[in-house]
Amino acid sequence: MTDLTGLTLSDALDGLNSKAFSSEEITTAYVDAIEKANGALNAYILQTPEKAIDMAKASDARRAKGEAGALEGAPLGIKDLFSTEGVRTTACSHILGEFTPPYESTVTANLWREGAVMLGKLNMDEFAMGSSNETSFYGNVINPWRRNDGGNADLTPGGSSGGSASAVAADLCLAATASDTGGSIRQPASFTGTVGIKPTYGRASRFGMVAFASSLDQAGPIAKTVKDAAIMLNVMCSHDEKDSTSLKVEQPDWTKAIGEPVKGMKIGVPKEYRVDGMPEDIEKLWQQGIDWLKAAGCEIVDVSLPHTKYALPAYYIVAPAEASSNLARYDGMRYGLRQAGDNLTEIYQNTRAEGFGAEVKRRLMIGTYVLSAGYYDAYYLKAQKVRTKILQDFQNVFEEVDALLTPTCPSAAFALGERMDDPISMYLNDVFTVTANLAGLPGISVPVATDHHGLPMGLQVIGKALDESACLRVAAQLEEAAQFNAKPANWWSA
Amino acid sequence: MSVTNQDVKKVARLARIALPEDQVEPMTDELNNILNWIEQLGEVDVEGVEPMTSVVETSLPMREDVVTDGGIQDKVLANAPKSEDGFFVVPKVVE
Repeated sequence: MTDLTGLTLSDALDGLNSKAFSSEEITTAYVDAIEKANGALNAYILQTPEKAIDMAKASDARRAKGEAGALEGAPLGIKDLFSTEGVRTTACSHILGEFTPPYESTVTANLWREGAVMLGKLNMDEFAMGSSNETSFYGNVINPWRRNDGGNADLTPGGSSGGSASAVAADLCLAATASDTGGSIRQPASFTGTVGIKPTYGRASRFGMVAFASSLDQAGPIAKTVKDAAIMLNVMCSHDEKDSTSLKVEQPDWTKAIGEPVKGMKIGVPKEYRVDGMPEDIEKLWQQGIDWLKAAGCEIVDVSLPHTKYALPAYYIVAPAEASSNLARYDGMRYGLRQAGDNLTEIYQNTRAEGFGAEVKRRLMIGTYVLSAGYYDAYYLKAQKVRTKILQDFQNVFEEVDALLTPTCPSAAFALGERMDDPISMYLNDVFTVTANLAGLPGISVPVATDHHGLPMGLQVIGKALDESACLRVAAQLEEAAQFNAKPANWWSA
Repeated sequence: MSVTNQDVKKVARLARIALPEDQVEPMTDELNNILNWIEQLGEVDVEGVEPMTSVVETSLPMREDVVTDGGIQDKVLANAPKSEDGFFVVPKVVE
């Protein structure tokens, strides 16, 4: 039998449907692969092999009865941000200790309802605060890709969904759940040669997701192909009464967008995304994408999004402010870590000092400051108004174009430790992705080329609100044109 | 606008995060770096602009004001650092 872990989700589902192999067989193959690889990559922080095999057997039994769901028998990895009933969920923070949810997130419940199998919980930046997966309580995730300079430096897989991206790139799951508050799906996808899509805010339920910044957080998949991403998105999204911001709107079958001709589509190229000091590799990649879409019959339109440069500063008010409110719940009383102290206030302070890492504390301090008496209007309210301006920029250009094409990130993957000393240079990773979060728009990253070090780089397609189909359609065209088949050489299997 | 060590101590107290004396100064520097960078928002004219709420025109859903959940005491207490007789055990807060 060929190596089952090398299959795409779509091919694996075909194989399961045609009974070429069983869920137990492919799940066992993944369990073995994780066992061999995880020591080197640290993508999984909790492996659930027994649960996986049980779920696979149950899936095979359902299939035998003719009751197969849309993801029947497919082994997936779950970002530790999603609550999983009876399986430890910590958002990779020490403060959640051994928290074991007695409930299931809506996104993962949707996956299990359609027959998927859980391989384990994936590493991430603590509370999703980070762009390199270096803030996790459970240690760094290593990118399976290495530079071709012979140095073998450990590279970041990006963040915050670093475990999801690394696991998909190293064939340690068919696909993974992820979440995106400022770029946490799309940037890791770009750094690892995988596909990641963040749907429109409100498409996927936030119920059971550990909250970071509630007006920005959105779930989505990281997968091997655009079609795989569409298959996952179909199941992950749903209307949910348990999330008051969940949209009650029609949900198309997104796989239908794959292969739809892009001829006649108008694609905007925003000039503000051409930032100073952008590596030549990125410039070339972007131009290549433009040329491919032109060749496929798209009309390329130069557009302007004048408030782009204000997106990151606005984000670093809104996200920390909402985080300081959301994370107030970690008081050591009802769940998670509790540290000793002489009085109640001291217990709170010691628990939070011990339980939160440096980056989380930094953001909680910023958030508390900007929300403190006298500063609300100057900071939070102002930032929310700047968000409106950013959204209006998008609405203006979307009167003229169907989607926007940009690079996903200003660079390829960097080495671990390289940017930890300067928070702002780390924040700049998200300069091209954060605008879609602030405006609530869908965005996808698709790998199309490697840089001069042989590292993958992605292009981003941003769509109108609720028009994930356009993102997928254009991304599939780029995928088809690029024929990006590069895989990292396997150095990580013990 | 920049913050002082005094401000940082106050914010740490508000955020209920113990901040040892030797970490105050570095935290002040870090926050000032970030706050200075954020200051550029001052350039944006937001006169008459409404703060953003949602990208898709929508209103908060309402439901009947009835009990929809409950009777799960065991589950609620399952992750408590300390519990007894169906209650959370917390430090004494009233003298």
